[in-house]
Amino acid sequence: MNNSVRSTARLVVAGLRALIALTLVCGVIYPLVVTGIAQAAFHDKANGSEIKADGKSVGSERLGQTYVLDKKDKDGNPLPDPKFFQPRPSAAGPNTENTQYHLLVSGASNLAADSKVLLTGVQQRRADVAAFNGVSPAAVPVDALTASASGVDPDISPEYARLQADRVAKANHLDAEKVRKLVEDHVDGRILGFMGEERVNVLKLNIALRELAKA
Amino acid sequence: MSPVLSGILQLTALIAALALVYRPLGDYMARVYSSEKHLRPEKWIYRLIGADPDAEMRWPAYLRGILAFSLVGVLFLYLLQRMQGVLPSSLSLGFTAISPDQAFNTAASFVANTNWQSYSGEQAMGHAVQTLGLAVQNFVSAAVGMAVAIALVRGFARSRSGELGNFWADLVRGTIRILIPVSVVAAVVLVACGAIQNFAGIHDIGQLTGGTQQVNGGAVASQEAIKELGTNGGGYFNANSAHPFENPNAFTNLFEIFLILVIPFALTRTFGKLVGNVKQGYAILAAMGVIWIGFTALMMWTEYAHHGAALQAAGGAMEGKEQRFGVGASAIFGTATTLTSTGAVDSFHSSFTGLGGGLTLLSMMLGEIAPGGVGSGLYGMLVMAVIAVFIAGLMVGRTPEYLGKKIGTREIKLAACYILITPTLVLGFTALSMAMSTPPHSILNGAADSVHNSGAHGFSEVLYAFTSGANNNGSAFAGLNANTQWYNTTIGLAMLLGRFLPMVFVLALAGSLAEQTPVPETAGTLRTEKPLFAGLLVGAIIIITGLTYFPALALGPMAEGLS
Repeated sequence: MNNSVRSTARLVVAGLRALIALTLVCGVIYPLVVTGIAQAAFHDKANGSEIKADGKSVGSERLGQTYVLDKKDKDGNPLPDPKFFQPRPSAAGPNTENTQYHLLVSGASNLAADSKVLLTGVQQRRADVAAFNGVSPAAVPVDALTASASGVDPDISPEYARLQADRVAKANHLDAEKVRKLVEDHVDGRILGFMGEERVNVLKLNIALRELAKA
Repeated sequence: MSPVLSGILQLTALIAALALVYRPLGDYMARVYSSEKHLRPEKWIYRLIGADPDAEMRWPAYLRGILAFSLVGVLFLYLLQRMQGVLPSSLSLGFTAISPDQAFNTAASFVANTNWQSYSGEQAMGHAVQTLGLAVQNFVSAAVGMAVAIALVRGFARSRSGELGNFWADLVRGTIRILIPVSVVAAVVLVACGAIQNFAGIHDIGQLTGGTQQVNGGAVASQEAIKELGTNGGGYFNANSAHPFENPNAFTNLFEIFLILVIPFALTRTFGKLVGNVKQGYAILAAMGVIWIGFTALMMWTEYAHHGAALQAAGGAMEGKEQRFGVGASAIFGTATTLTSTGAVDSFHSSFTGLGGGLTLLSMMLGEIAPGGVGSGLYGMLVMAVIAVFIAGLMVGRTPEYLGKKIGTREIKLAACYILITPTLVLGFTALSMAMSTPPHSILNGAADSVHNSGAHGFSEVLYAFTSGANNNGSAFAGLNANTQWYNTTIGLAMLLGRFLPMVFVLALAGSLAEQTPVPETAGTLRTEKPLFAGLLVGAIIIITGLTYFPALALGPMAEGLS
């Protein structure tokens, strides 16, 4: 009995030592080496691909953000600003834990394909987006009707960007033709022609739009 | 180009990339596990452990090594999370200690290579827990899985000895020679494409319309690389690989799917090399490949067809999917992550079509063997091969053999125990959770209240949670609020039992095979390297899984798909 207790203890100590050694390799050396290479070779990307305009940080190229007015609708949601291209709906909920940090929380709605809540939501969004942009409900593309996976999707489809062009032009007193051209200039194709989907980065488009409006 | 064509081209490119590295990586891994030499850093580690890496172990000793190492891993990770509150804020980011039940769940989850997460990474875990705790288990739990697979392969390859190699040597070599080098390269590729890698913590950045947005810094790319390569799946962020900082574009998306699949597929080559007949490895590869491609095709079809009232109204299955990936790439990712033990997601399975969600469930129920987790995929598939050989033997009435080893009463009992464990855990815990009445203020509170969607989908969420846990996958129908004492505890148990009980039977099987004297091949021997056997193997897998889970699937996803 004593022997087996001793051998078990010896084994557990060996396991502990192995864990310490491998923690040093995988938990300290590995992340530090990768961070070193990343910071030296890809400094901006490794730090979140921040974009500066007029010397000020205006956000990250990778993250979506909101473009809203101070006014709120009857449900207490801020109203979209017609002067800007609008991103996809986001289902990333309000912060529930660690509220003192007010973290940006990522996530999706997780509603099922046959969910009544989702169905009503889609119908409501279709009506809202159509009215907001002055187009027919049938013209609203799918990415404008569905919440993204991350809740911070930086992109919209070219169709959704094109649909918004006339409304944005009108709100900024710009030539609609110029805004439409701006959208086309900001359409990113599929990577190598076949990976993923065509998309428009909303932040980059809105920065260019602001430049256009200033000129 | 139509989205469907783009989806097919992405799948084709993925297959081509996997085929390209199959032989070199498989051969390299065979050399790693059979080499006589020790690298200098490995010698330092062996000295620190106090282990002789050349000492051969029989199966009980090998198993004891695994259990001791994993037990220490669970305790360390549990304590690290419980102590987060007293760590300096540069290491904890100001986050408090994780509650006991959630800390147990998370510790069990990462040590069992599951990476089920009942917390939101960016809201709960600081740098210390992420890199010193979670990332380390991402490496070593994967290395443990590979070690067990190699031990089983040695069981087939060796005779009259019962010796399976040395666990410490296999653990250290898998980590140092395979996982670390590939992860470093992969992490740098991810950063080059836009994944973040810093220790900045939580900070504000500006917004175009004024105001600020809060973002997390962190060692994300280094975590992401091993999370996919080790088929772990635990995201740095709540949104997992859907978050642009983890998976910035459509190329990294395909690259991450590649990382998920590359070791499990290449291990079939390693297997073929080590048993001295690469064709045996190809047969296993063929069975894995057929299931994987079949499931991916089905998934793409149903997602593009976007069945389901809400998706029909929206005109596409884009709920819970990112614009830069689209439907096709998300379908490929969803299938790969559930057919392996990964559980990372680039889109949310709960919002997939009814059939698509059912496919992710079925993928896990197959036992994650096509190609499965690193190591666990190969040993799971080899156990299935033993069963297929046995069935074939019954049909022709002769004693079944596989790779020159007799599959006798003892071997088939061990294989049968192996395949019974996971279904017992999945169906047992699901039934308990559904039966649970939840009085207020009870420790069990929150079993039924946690379900976010009602009806058949609600049942699917619970079934999915236990399927994911017991199969060590870690993905979720995230509608379920799993951060309750009931789910943290039961899923934690399901993960540990679902990981380590099968290992007991696999190693016992390996030991029993390694003791045998090989039987010479005759004209009557079943040719296990032929397409006929690969077909039989696929059939056996589908029938066994189908019969086991059909009633539960009928109550959940099938009812949902038909309604």
